[in-house]
Amino acid sequence: MAAIAATAGRLLRLRAAGAEGQWCRLRGAGLQAASAAGDAAQRRHVAHFTFQPDPEPQEYGQTQKMNLFQAITSALDNSLAKDPTAVIFGEDVAFGGVFRCTVGLRDKYGKDRVFNTPLCEQGIVGFGIGIAVTGATAIAEIQFADYIFPAFDQVHVIREVASMAQEKLGVSCEVIDLRTILPWDVDTVCKSVIKTGRLLISHEAPLTGGFASEISSTVQEECFLNLEAPISRVCGYDTPFPHIFEPFYIPDKWKCYDALRKMINY
Amino acid sequence: MDNPSLRELQQPLLAGVGCGPPLQKPGEPQLGPPFRETAFAESLRGWQFLPPPVPSVSAGLGELGPPDLEDASSSDSDSDCDGGSLLSPLLPHDHLGLAVFSMLCCFWPVGIAAFCLAQKHPQRQEQQHFPSLDDKPQFPGASAEFIDKLEFIQPNVISGIPVYRVMDRQGQIINPSEDPHLPQEKVLKFYKSMTLLNTMDRILYESQRQGRISFYMTNYGEEGTHVGSAAALDNTDLVFGQYREAGVLMYRDYPLELFMAQCYGNVSDPGKGRQMPVHYGCKDRHFVTISSPLATQIPQAVGAAYAAKRANANRVVICYFGEGAASEGDAHAGFNFAATLECPIIFFCRNNGYAISTPTSEQYRGDGIAARGPGYGIMSIRVDGNDVFAVYNATKEARRRAVAENQPFLIEAMTYRIGHHSTSDDSSAYRSVDEVNYWDKQDHPISRLRHYLQSRGWWDDEQEKAWRKQSRKKVMEAFEQAERKPKPNPNLLFSDVYQEMPTQLRKQQEALARHLQTYGEHYPLDHFEKKSSRTPGAGLPHVSLTACRSSKCPGSDLTASSR
Repeated sequence: MAAIAATAGRLLRLRAAGAEGQWCRLRGAGLQAASAAGDAAQRRHVAHFTFQPDPEPQEYGQTQKMNLFQAITSALDNSLAKDPTAVIFGEDVAFGGVFRCTVGLRDKYGKDRVFNTPLCEQGIVGFGIGIAVTGATAIAEIQFADYIFPAFDQVHVIREVASMAQEKLGVSCEVIDLRTILPWDVDTVCKSVIKTGRLLISHEAPLTGGFASEISSTVQEECFLNLEAPISRVCGYDTPFPHIFEPFYIPDKWKCYDALRKMINY
Repeated sequence: MDNPSLRELQQPLLAGVGCGPPLQKPGEPQLGPPFRETAFAESLRGWQFLPPPVPSVSAGLGELGPPDLEDASSSDSDSDCDGGSLLSPLLPHDHLGLAVFSMLCCFWPVGIAAFCLAQKHPQRQEQQHFPSLDDKPQFPGASAEFIDKLEFIQPNVISGIPVYRVMDRQGQIINPSEDPHLPQEKVLKFYKSMTLLNTMDRILYESQRQGRISFYMTNYGEEGTHVGSAAALDNTDLVFGQYREAGVLMYRDYPLELFMAQCYGNVSDPGKGRQMPVHYGCKDRHFVTISSPLATQIPQAVGAAYAAKRANANRVVICYFGEGAASEGDAHAGFNFAATLECPIIFFCRNNGYAISTPTSEQYRGDGIAARGPGYGIMSIRVDGNDVFAVYNATKEARRRAVAENQPFLIEAMTYRIGHHSTSDDSSAYRSVDEVNYWDKQDHPISRLRHYLQSRGWWDDEQEKAWRKQSRKKVMEAFEQAERKPKPNPNLLFSDVYQEMPTQLRKQQEALARHLQTYGEHYPLDHFEKKSSRTPGAGLPHVSLTACRSSKCPGSDLTASSR
């Protein structure tokens, strides 16, 4: 899984040779299920796409390539090294975690700092709050076990769409990875919309009541006269997430591309 | 001696006050806080009907003096119960004291009367509206005796609740009076259900490894808990499972075709491909669809049991969960509701030693799950989960009483999870292969039952060989069939969310249909069922699947007669 190099709020500009035409702001947020490596035609089908690692940033000194889970482990390692009050707890964290985010930490920092709790999410959260009340640092892992496949980042989908838009429509896009939802970076998004006049928002969560509605609402308040077309939302449907119909449910690059095309032709 | 004043003395003090043993309604089970509290409540109610105290008592003693002003105004004595003494401060205020005093003064009638009353109400004070609270706690919250020694109750985890079993590890009956003496046909059905499940598990686990299905959970080592309990229930008893109870469905003759259909999410899946594998459900066999979030089934099962009670359905609900899920708040809620609302439910805990990687030593510190039952007022037992007859006997008796007495039962079946938690888990990361091998070889429900069968001459190696071949063949056939079938039509993504599809959702359905018309080449449509007609632009017809009806489902060969 590729790590996201951009810091919060930074724009990732995608330029192709001979960029022309309108800028189109694309945004991605949220996670969706990844495909497995299996590629036999008869095998199960999930929306699949190509991972590309981020280009190595130059401004941070020496870097190390890692996937998302490894990055989390590294961050946890740094936290426990720096902060003696920090503890990590949750279901199955002791042996390394079901997503392998705590591998090696119990051996390194001891069983009083990296430990399993009984199977009770309300207990884990409450326990964590209590730790924090005393001023110590609580790191709670809430596990979804087998219920989500390894997640991939919607931003990768959006980046692919931006490439496609450039290739097929001659359209340049700004890709924004929102990172947070409360608070969220209103300024970055609005500045971009003011520039491009169009906004496409995508997330895996269902459309109605999803976060895209919040963004859309705020942007039309702030940038109404800048908009060249209605804001487009490409999201999951208003149904529970289905198992076998996943390829049809996911807001994939084809749905995003199609929405972008319609916005351009509005 | 029929003294009018004695009768006068007696009457008002006998009205409505009970300090005797709590009354039990005929036919209801023993003990339990509710009944004793009821007795308290009743006796408390009796207090409301207390007659005005005292004047009649003192009638035989001559004129009442005026309230003693000194007494009435005093504040530092325990004069709360006094309320103005109507007796001369010289006279004892309790019956016994009065009796003694009267005897000494040779006031025999009064003395005898007072003595009799002292026996009935040993510590009643004349001036009080309530009896003395000294001898028995009156707290509404608990029924218990007082103790004047400071002592913490030590939880007993070293020699906790014993494990009930019928067979030893070699399949020999230990106590013949506990042998359920089941007929050969039934015990063979136990054995075939467990082994067929085991075979299906092996094949489907492999199929996940090969990328044919997305996910799987095996039941290795716990087959006895499924089959023993399922066999002790009526076919119409409602089952709420967690995810590792496929043997219950197997015992109820759920066809292999439908197990596979659900795992593959193909057109035959009654769940219409919407859930991850092993999330079985079958309305006709009264098996509520498995839901991923842990322990959510527990309060639901209790609600179902309550409704069954009200319907006089003569039906029990059984609720399965693991020892890990028992740590969830929902488990606490379920137990407490079941006890207070008197529900006919069996809580069946599969204590298999691990919750993914978390061993029981990190899951709880008390004496397992069975020891929690009494805390809620629930009848509880611990059984050897790898002994199918022990599981059967306990479930049978629990069922009988749960329905007859409308109360919950807790069965903790001790067993061992031989397989990994799921296909997403590799348990060698947190437990030794030796440990797993021990249970696989030395204490397995299937081999224990096989020994029993063989010792009775109901099974032999030849039959074993033949059955293994036959069961594998059946599983493989169902498997290949399931692989070949297409997936359901993608329209089924949108249906069954609401009774009537709302406009907003219909628009989304139409948008997908239009999208597929243009971009269909990028989607695996070939593997999904085509619709017979498709009108571009218009509302798309619903495709309804025939729900599983047992009469249409292919039966299994496990029993001679179908259910």
